[in-house]
Amino acid sequence: MISFDFTDPFILTFLLLLVCMLIAMIRVLLGPTTPDRVVGLDTINTLVIAAMIIYGAAFDEVIYIDVAIVYALLSFITTLFIAKYLEGGKL
Amino acid sequence: MLAFIGTTIFCFIVWLTLTFNGHMWGTDEIIAGIFLSVVGGIAARKVFVKDFKMANPKRWLFFIAYLGPFFYQMAKANFDVAYRVITGKINPGIVKMSPGLKSDTALTFLANSITLTPGTLSVDTDDEKNLYVHWINVDEEALKKMPRPCEPVCSTFPKWARRVAE
Amino acid sequence: MTYVEWLIYIFLGIGLFFNFLASVGLMRFPDVYTRLHAGTKCTTFGSIFLSLAVIIYGIWKYHEGDTPLISLSIHTFIALVAIMLTNPTGAHAIARAAHRSGVKPAMAVVDDLEEKEEENDDD
Repeated sequence: MISFDFTDPFILTFLLLLVCMLIAMIRVLLGPTTPDRVVGLDTINTLVIAAMIIYGAAFDEVIYIDVAIVYALLSFITTLFIAKYLEGGKL
Repeated sequence: MLAFIGTTIFCFIVWLTLTFNGHMWGTDEIIAGIFLSVVGGIAARKVFVKDFKMANPKRWLFFIAYLGPFFYQMAKANFDVAYRVITGKINPGIVKMSPGLKSDTALTFLANSITLTPGTLSVDTDDEKNLYVHWINVDEEALKKMPRPCEPVCSTFPKWARRVAE
Repeated sequence: MTYVEWLIYIFLGIGLFFNFLASVGLMRFPDVYTRLHAGTKCTTFGSIFLSLAVIIYGIWKYHEGDTPLISLSIHTFIALVAIMLTNPTGAHAIARAAHRSGVKPAMAVVDDLEEKEEENDDD
């Protein structure tokens, strides 16, 4: 069981980033059009990468940051695919 | 062949950066790195290297010099967005402009730069290398002319793009 | 408390402020394009400052004798380069897809792209 030290600034930043993600999630749920939802998801992706970097620094583990690099590249490809799909082109 | 060597060297440098942990690299790490770089070089040589314009070190120096004004503009952009988030004052529109660049690399560079700088977001391009820019606070003066002027949208960036990537 | 720690806290604060601003902008702006302004610029700038805090933390620990933690800085730098390259490109793709799928910019005073697409439809 991992115990969080809530006085650690990195852990605090991580939790506040989760709050930002929740606010962006409201836009994903509300979003009147599909592109609105995609914008929300794109913002959440960047916030997740930042949160992973902060989490790696909080526990001095480099492996989380490696995951963040791969996540950044994969989420970029996902965004491009969704955009292509919205345009109505062939995948 | 030259493209293959360039891609392999690039892959190897990235490998060395990623495996550095405060001590020198072991022999096994170097051998595994060379093997994987050759695999990467064979797989990506046609995608990664189109021509050898970017191998010129002068372009890299210009790129590093460009980072200074770029970060200044980026900080300005963020305070601009903060102002608009808080007050809600917007006057948006999509304008067409011709930066007059020839190569695709330069146009990509310019489009990415103006997306990150104040009040502008590149939306589309066409075959004549014109950019369509979403402008969050349209200047009424700029709308009167009909090729739209470049300066209010992207200040000195076309000049930098020409130096770095054309 | 050393000066380095204060520097790290200040950078974390700035980064958090801009990331929070991105979420609020996402809620407040009226249409896709203006939301992209908030969602792209602010998250990129905020992530730069959060990453800078982690990079400084890694170098500081390296100085204090915790040698392997220098890789924390290097890997964070590579993640930062990945963010800065992919974020504007993704925003550009979404904006183009939104315009082609028929979302009009709200409160727009001018729309040159609209005219161009109408010309293409006539052909």
